[in-house]
Amino acid sequence: MAEKIIVDGRGSFCPGPLMELIVALKSSQVGDVLEVLSTDKGSANDIPEWLNKVGHEYISTTEAEGVWRITLRKKK
Amino acid sequence: MSASKICVVVVSGSLERLQMAAMVASVGAVSGHEVVVFLSMNALPYFVKGDTSKAPHEGDMGRLMASKKVPEFKTLFEQAVELGDAKIFPCSMAMDVLGIEQDGLENYLGKATGLTKFLHDAQDGQVWTF
Repeated sequence: MAEKIIVDGRGSFCPGPLMELIVALKSSQVGDVLEVLSTDKGSANDIPEWLNKVGHEYISTTEAEGVWRITLRKKK
Repeated sequence: MSASKICVVVVSGSLERLQMAAMVASVGAVSGHEVVVFLSMNALPYFVKGDTSKAPHEGDMGRLMASKKVPEFKTLFEQAVELGDAKIFPCSMAMDVLGIEQDGLENYLGKATGLTKFLHDAQDGQVWTF
């Protein structure tokens, strides 16, 4: 399996991490797994909503020491 | 995917309103909505090429935002166009008042648009006003 693509949105506020994720999705392949790092709790809640809405696979969210990691798979 | 249309009218020159308008436009555009933005009155001068003036804040949120790493509203509007195919139209009346031509505005803005055209575009969409 290919390595995860890390999208580092730490320090930015909504919708910065989402926009950084979208830029990363544009340059990745269907099936790639991406992990968004965010220090913004709002983005951690909103990104899974966005994934469901546009049709990418939401895998998981974890949080440690104020950093959320949202993992997903590009589906299209 | 939902394809409903979102029309955003921005007339304010305040940081909070420009920021919220940019968030609605960019997140809407990357979420499958057709987004049309109409810039007029105090909002338009920020989109003149080379403009570096800072939008004044209305209150404490604006002051706080200015001190944190919040994405700049102009960046968000540009991303709305580049990542989400939003259309951002400058109001032709505001351009006339400012004395600017199309090539004096940021390249990601669409063609000068009058109210008749915008009202026609907006008739089948949600309208958000800032």
